[in-house]
Amino acid sequence: MIKFENISVTYGNHVAVEDVSFDVQDGGLYAIIGPNGAGKSTLLKAIIGILPLTKGAINIDPAIAAHMAYLPQQSNIDRSFPISVFDTVAMGLWQEIGPFQNYPPDATDRVHQALNEVGMSSYINRPIGTLSGGQFQRVLFARMSLQNADLILLDEPFNNLDEPTIEDLTNIIMKWNKAGKTILTVLHDLDIVRDCFPQAALLARHLVAFGSTEDVLTVDNIRTSYRLARQWGGINQHV
Amino acid sequence: MFESFFTWVYQFFIEPFQSYMFLRRPLVTCFALALGCGPIGVILVLRRMSLMGEAISHAILPGAALGFLISGLSIQMMSFAGFVTGVCVALSASALSRKTLLKEDASFAGFYLLSLGIGILIISSYGGNVDLMCVLLGTILSVNVPSLILVSCISSITLMVIALIYRPLILECYDAHFLKSVKGNGHIYHYIFLFLVVMNLVSAFQAIGTLMALGMMMLPAVSARFWAQQVWALSIIAGIFALIAGYIGLLLSYHSEWPSGPSIILVSGFIYIISFIIGRYGSLLRRAHHA
Repeated sequence: MIKFENISVTYGNHVAVEDVSFDVQDGGLYAIIGPNGAGKSTLLKAIIGILPLTKGAINIDPAIAAHMAYLPQQSNIDRSFPISVFDTVAMGLWQEIGPFQNYPPDATDRVHQALNEVGMSSYINRPIGTLSGGQFQRVLFARMSLQNADLILLDEPFNNLDEPTIEDLTNIIMKWNKAGKTILTVLHDLDIVRDCFPQAALLARHLVAFGSTEDVLTVDNIRTSYRLARQWGGINQHV
Repeated sequence: MFESFFTWVYQFFIEPFQSYMFLRRPLVTCFALALGCGPIGVILVLRRMSLMGEAISHAILPGAALGFLISGLSIQMMSFAGFVTGVCVALSASALSRKTLLKEDASFAGFYLLSLGIGILIISSYGGNVDLMCVLLGTILSVNVPSLILVSCISSITLMVIALIYRPLILECYDAHFLKSVKGNGHIYHYIFLFLVVMNLVSAFQAIGTLMALGMMMLPAVSARFWAQQVWALSIIAGIFALIAGYIGLLLSYHSEWPSGPSIILVSGFIYIISFIIGRYGSLLRRAHHA
């Protein structure tokens, strides 16, 4: 279980997340939603340890904390970098190989298999710069698949993707969840949230609502998130 | 006819190095430099740290100037002092950008202008114009055996360290968030890399001076970008380009009586122009062909 206890995260003087508390159950499938600037991505970065907490604590089972997988937004990755699909996906073996060890003997087979799952095995030797946004996102999903983590954090995984890609990637997420993995996904598309995610957390810097998606996505809760977003001047067309 | 052609080739390309010891040592120095500067330059370019490389190369100047004040034109002392100021400036500028609102490039630019001013002030106040030119443009033809050993050691250390930290260094270049998420400490590799940059710039400063030291790294690296799509291939190609530039540059310097440092950089620049015109990937010719 992940327990968020009154956590706050700030960037300098700017408060991104304030006094947020909720519990995530093992094996759950959660959507994190909210207006732009609501602190959704910040929350994931705080879990993974990229951003420090200014207040509160995130309690994670140490076994799970040592084995998390995080998919950053594509804008954080340099797509022009001269590296192949194979080398990118093989980084999913980091837990086994660390910074210095050789790849295990079956690494090539495992990378092939992971790429096969996302329909990208024929692209294994291509440089990442030659892939479309959707293809690259599939490659990143293959890397996550190789990580085989118990807790998976996805930051806006469907941004700027076409419908077939979203459908394929959603199915992969469902498959991971059925295999017992806990998944937290930052999303903007409320239709996908309603259709596929049984649990949701609505953020607007504060936690507006948390629980079953049906209970969270009420008109009142959405209005509250709008109101809070207006207070900090956030763009609110996404909720 | 063929015989005279081969004679010309021999006389132009080989004989100078065969006949004159004062050319052989610079040639070996250039080869040693090329081995280290190739991969370092490629990673500098890929990390978008070209300006920072320029800044660090000038940051060596005040140290070299202090070394000059202490022991005259002693390459070893100037290199050591240059290394110390280079590391200090690299660490200070990097730390300042993490602690203040300044971006890293602006922070480095501030420090490098300050360093350049102090360095030139010291040398021009306590030395002469000739000394200033030696520091700014290098004295590769007067490289002695200890300096050559120093350059070779720096290149060897560079290659070994890059081989050791290759994976996290590359990952930190293009997906720093992923590296952080797997608890890889990107800052450590960043600082190790800065350390290597300073070492190689000190190395290059002996040969081609602080003004153009970065040229030995950047020009072969940006040229290689048009010929390969993998980091290891880029590093090898950049190293080969630097080797060619060193060899041809020294020949040009010998036959035309040009200063050696600028001649080497000139050849590197020529390779760069050829590369962006006819290179295999993303060159003007390729883009025109696909348009």
